[in-house]
Amino acid sequence: MKITLEVWRQDGPRDAGRMVRYQTEVSEDASFLEMLDALNERLETEGDRPIAFDHDCREGICGTCGLMINGVAHGPRDRTTACQLHMREFTDGDTIRVEPWRAAAFPVIRDLVVDRSAFDRIIQSGGYISVSTGAAPEANLTPVAKPVADAAFDAATCIGCGACVAQCPNGAAQLFTAAKVSHLGLLPQGQTERWDRAVAMVETMEAEGFGSCTNHRECEAVCPKGISIDWIARMNRDYLSARLRRAGRR
Amino acid sequence: MSLDGLPPAQVPGGPLADKWTDHRDHLRLVAPNNRRKFQVIVVGSGLAGASCAASLGEAGYNVQCFCYQDSPRRAHSIAAQGGINAAKNYRNDGDSVFRLFYDTIKGGDFRSREANVHRLAEVSVEIIDQAVAQGVPFAREYGGLLDNRSFGGAQVARTFYARGQTGQQLLLGAYQALARQISAGTVTMFPRSEMLELVVEDGRAVGIIVRNLITGEWSRHAGHAVVLATGGYVNVYYLSTNAKGCNVTAIWRAHRRGAFFANPCYTQIHPTCIPASEEFQAKLTLMSESLRNDGRIWVPRSEGETRRARDIPEGERDYYLERKYPSFGNLVPRDVASRNAKAVVDEGRGVGPLANGVYLDFADAIERQGRDRIEEKYGNLFEMYERITGENPYQAPMRIFPAPHYSMGGLWVDYNLMSNLEGLFVIGEANFSDHGANRLGASALMQGLADGYFVAPYTIANYLAGHLGEAVAVDSAAFDAAESETRERVERLLAVGGTRPVDVFHRKLGKVVWDECGMTRNAVGLERAIGVIREVRDEFWSDLKVVGSGAELNSSLERAGRVADFFELAELMCLDALRRDESCGGHFREEHQTEEGEARRNDEEFTHVSAWEMEGPGDWVEHREPLEFTAVVPTQRSYK
Amino acid sequence: MKRAPTLFQSTLLMKAVMAITGIILFGFVLSHMTGNLKIFLGPEAINHYGEWLRVMGDPLFPRTTALWGLRIALLLSVVLHTAAAIQLTLINRRARPRGYELRRPVEMDYASRTMRWSGFLILFYVIYHLMHLTWGNAHTDFIPGDVYHNLVVAFRQWPVALVYIVANVALGFHLYHGLWSMFQSLGIAQPAVKSWRRPFAAIFAVGITLGYIAVPIAVLSGVVGLEGGT
Ligand SMILES: Cc1cc2nc3c(=O)[nH]c(=O)nc-3n(C[C@H](O)[C@H](O)[C@H](O)COP(=O)(O)OP(=O)(O)OC[C@H]3O[C@@H](n4cnc5c(N)ncnc54)[C@H](O)[C@@H]3O)c2cc1C
Ligand code: HEM
Ligand code: HEM
Ligand code: SF4
Ligand code: F3S
Ligand code: FES
Repeated sequence: MKITLEVWRQDGPRDAGRMVRYQTEVSEDASFLEMLDALNERLETEGDRPIAFDHDCREGICGTCGLMINGVAHGPRDRTTACQLHMREFTDGDTIRVEPWRAAAFPVIRDLVVDRSAFDRIIQSGGYISVSTGAAPEANLTPVAKPVADAAFDAATCIGCGACVAQCPNGAAQLFTAAKVSHLGLLPQGQTERWDRAVAMVETMEAEGFGSCTNHRECEAVCPKGISIDWIARMNRDYLSARLRRAGRR
Repeated sequence: MSLDGLPPAQVPGGPLADKWTDHRDHLRLVAPNNRRKFQVIVVGSGLAGASCAASLGEAGYNVQCFCYQDSPRRAHSIAAQGGINAAKNYRNDGDSVFRLFYDTIKGGDFRSREANVHRLAEVSVEIIDQAVAQGVPFAREYGGLLDNRSFGGAQVARTFYARGQTGQQLLLGAYQALARQISAGTVTMFPRSEMLELVVEDGRAVGIIVRNLITGEWSRHAGHAVVLATGGYVNVYYLSTNAKGCNVTAIWRAHRRGAFFANPCYTQIHPTCIPASEEFQAKLTLMSESLRNDGRIWVPRSEGETRRARDIPEGERDYYLERKYPSFGNLVPRDVASRNAKAVVDEGRGVGPLANGVYLDFADAIERQGRDRIEEKYGNLFEMYERITGENPYQAPMRIFPAPHYSMGGLWVDYNLMSNLEGLFVIGEANFSDHGANRLGASALMQGLADGYFVAPYTIANYLAGHLGEAVAVDSAAFDAAESETRERVERLLAVGGTRPVDVFHRKLGKVVWDECGMTRNAVGLERAIGVIREVRDEFWSDLKVVGSGAELNSSLERAGRVADFFELAELMCLDALRRDESCGGHFREEHQTEEGEARRNDEEFTHVSAWEMEGPGDWVEHREPLEFTAVVPTQRSYK
Repeated sequence: MKRAPTLFQSTLLMKAVMAITGIILFGFVLSHMTGNLKIFLGPEAINHYGEWLRVMGDPLFPRTTALWGLRIALLLSVVLHTAAAIQLTLINRRARPRGYELRRPVEMDYASRTMRWSGFLILFYVIYHLMHLTWGNAHTDFIPGDVYHNLVVAFRQWPVALVYIVANVALGFHLYHGLWSMFQSLGIAQPAVKSWRRPFAAIFAVGITLGYIAVPIAVLSGVVGLEGGT
């Protein structure tokens, strides 16, 4: 199939950047990234700088890939990362526009590659349970009711791709942060640090320059793992009660 | 071949079951207040690297951790689906440390070091405790206790799992532990950083040379010890189930600096992957092995079949695994299933547009158990299959084909996980490890975490204890030389100035290695392969085209460097496969098979580890570490 | 771009403030709407209601004390609600300094997208509305105390009626998203509540809008008029 691509090209963080048009011919069995691979091979053969984009596992699990495809994070298919998107989702003759994630907290490094290290810093501020190696009790000492374990799992499947931020009209990282706050806050193992964790992670999230949540539900719709905005509500609750608790202690 | 030159394996004496405890009791310690005086470099942030860096950080060492991804959370361990073994015996089905040890060593076709495997089985139970305490949401039963399943044909249910995302959840556990240490300041993380050289001084690893993948800046890092946890190398085949970035570079650079490479030819080909569909295919996707529990594998009886699967009558189908292995049927081990698939495809009976697969058919299972039950068990896998192929496996059978998946070979290490270079520790898939000639399902996650949480932190401390008070610095002659050689190598890649981009060469290389050193091998083919690999390598070095410079984000340059190393590795793989004139596990030499076409070991001559030392380009010396078995008797596998 | 926690320390707190003030304002618009409907019961009923507002709390408090209490609470709510809205809007603008060339919303609806506009429309409307029907300075023939007269005279002028209708439709949209959104902001998403959040918001948004615009429409269409003609 013939596809016209319009791709965001930007040499570096300070470059202004622009959309550049390419014509490609691709098999409909190819994945979206394979189409970019092929285009890059051609560009390189012709001596042009290939399009920089992030990817690694190509299985939808590492969270490295992330493209705004025709105005939707990860493209048109539900619960599918860009790397798992295949060309058969498009039709011959389509024009496809590809842009990087855009958010102040995700500065563009080059072309479609952005810096998502803010996510790491959010986790570093409290997205863990403090248990050092060797200090763990026997695993079956603490039963966890299956519904609780299942819910924690649902929240834990976040791959940290950043699509939620990219798609949110406010550039908010609520879904990502809430997923981790909830995963750990649901489990009995995570109770001790539950309140401090919520406060620390939320405040780091805000200090990183993400926007606020006005409940647009865009994030949930594009999240490749279907993380629910219920977790955002839960994080709000945890954060507010943590604040009340702190105020009460004073 | 030579015995001298290979340091002792340091396997402690005493009864097998007590070796690790005894050994650990006598390892040297570093006092808490002295720990921060040590610098440890950990390259890799997968299960092995992250768990090791976090544990060392918790203990109080100064750790620098590196990965090439933009975040440590993205290491390829994240992709593991099936599960992790542990000898908890929660099911009361007779599992024990010994049984896990026995299954693992048998699965490895008696080509692994007995004491290591036993230790692995011992610490497996602690891994589960640690992971659960970190908040890893393993599957649970209704009573709230941990659930287990049987995996890869094991007769006990000892596999812990987190839906189809066990690797992800375990890695996030380790990543979070690492994040905690980063915020505590004990670990400094260097993402998007590629180690391109090991610095060795007087036979001792003292640091690494790193290129920043965003800016192209070079940096030197010195440490009292260097830990490589850089994963596996099956991307040498170009198409594999590994992430695009997986590479051999870190361990290959160490190998070039003197570290021995053990059993490079031991690679595992996984039987249930989605076949390639087009020329630009970039990677292959694994479908969980559990599918074989209900799916029936078949191909048409005749070559060149053109009808759709559903239109081929029962009588014209060949359920070849059920036919050849009546008792195990579709559940034969990975290597057997893989080889048989290759055989029928080679006969021209492959299915699909490119005739490069076999059917995995769920029609019977759906009829017997109902669509709902099948959907409940495999729904997400079916969905994934549909996403990739555009075909609906509820209606037409899946097409599958084997794909390279795991490398059992890697840098040689002693019982303390230290290579022959002092101060260089190698953990996880990067070492030649505990899996012998074939890895059992659900045991790589176990090994990576065992190494990182529970073995390396002790043995590294033991090593460091002897080096208290020594200063490390990056301004030595060894660093100067290493950095300039590395820079020069990168310059050379940029300067070739040819006409073809790197992937062209990688695909070519992959095809040779796959054809001649893949599922089956023979002497003639291997010899030919070595010749072809050299030719293609020369082409690479004379016709490579890398656009851009080294002072910027340049993924073609990154790949070129990795492919250059794959060329050298490929040659050694073939050499090792040639030298190992027997069949064992994943290494199947066509010359050595039983009447029924099964692998035939030659215990007499080959009960050893081949550890290769590089003498010069294309020139290796083999050292052999004999393997001794005290608690098990090597047997011939049979799945009839 | 790092930013220190702002005004109310965190956007989550700001959102909670918005939700709580939103609930207060919702309580007001709901009861105000019910009060307005008394117009259909005739001049006495609504005029009496207007008077009752002023003597509310009597004899506990002097005349209009309770009304003033309410007014202060409302004013404070509007100020906080608006301040937070402005603050959050600024933060969100800064969070994406450069927009997309092409962006396609997937799930967000018209109401959620236009909260800022509907909110400000309501604000300007209320100012006009106070000048119009409370203070009378924007009214052509204002008779203090004769609510019925004031209303009928006003809405017989179609442009005035139109302003009211448009503003109250905007209020409807604002409530349609706001009444759902406040549950999220306050962390109320338990399964038992979740299933009726959306219907709740929809019913009240539509109900309140219809309740309000019924008055101008009734006057325009002549269902409600001045007895004596004119
Ligand atoms: C699809 C798939 C499914 C699997 N399923 C299972 C399963 O169910 N059960 C099981 O037990 N095992 C499974 N395995 C195997 C298992 O996942 C891996 O063997 C294991 O996770 C390897 O962990 P690691 O820490 O050694 O390496 P990795 O996780 O690969 O980590 C390597 C790290 O090294 C870094 N690195 C590499 N090179 C460099 C360099 N030059 N410079 C700097 N950093 C570098 C990378 O950035 C990365 O952080 C599966 C493997 C695959 C591919
Ligand atoms: C068609 C719709 C409406 C009608 C007919 C209407 C009518 C009136 C009338 C007659 C009064 C004066 C009452 C008195 O002085 O006794 C009044 C007051 C008021 N209205 Fe409305 N109103 C409408 C909509 C609204 C809306 C949507 C809001 C707010 C969002 C609002 C806010 C107010 C306020 C704040 C006052 C002043 C109350 C006070 O403090 O005395 N009104 N309205
Ligand atoms: C009668 C008047 C009003 C009522 C009943 C009302 C009600 C609400 C409610 C319930 C919310 C949801 C809060 C949340 O999500 O937690 C909300 C949000 C909002 N309101 Fe109002 N509001 C009113 C007036 C205003 C005014 C005057 C403005 C602006 C000047 C305004 C601007 C906003 C904005 C921008 C939001 C979205 C904020 C967000 O979700 O983050 N509102 N409103
Ligand atoms: S919440 Fe979803 S969209 Fe956001 S980072 Fe996680 S997986 Fe990606
Ligand atoms: S899209 Fe944005 S506004 Fe909230 S619900 Fe999702 S973060
Ligand atoms: S490349 Fe890993 S999720 Fe897409």
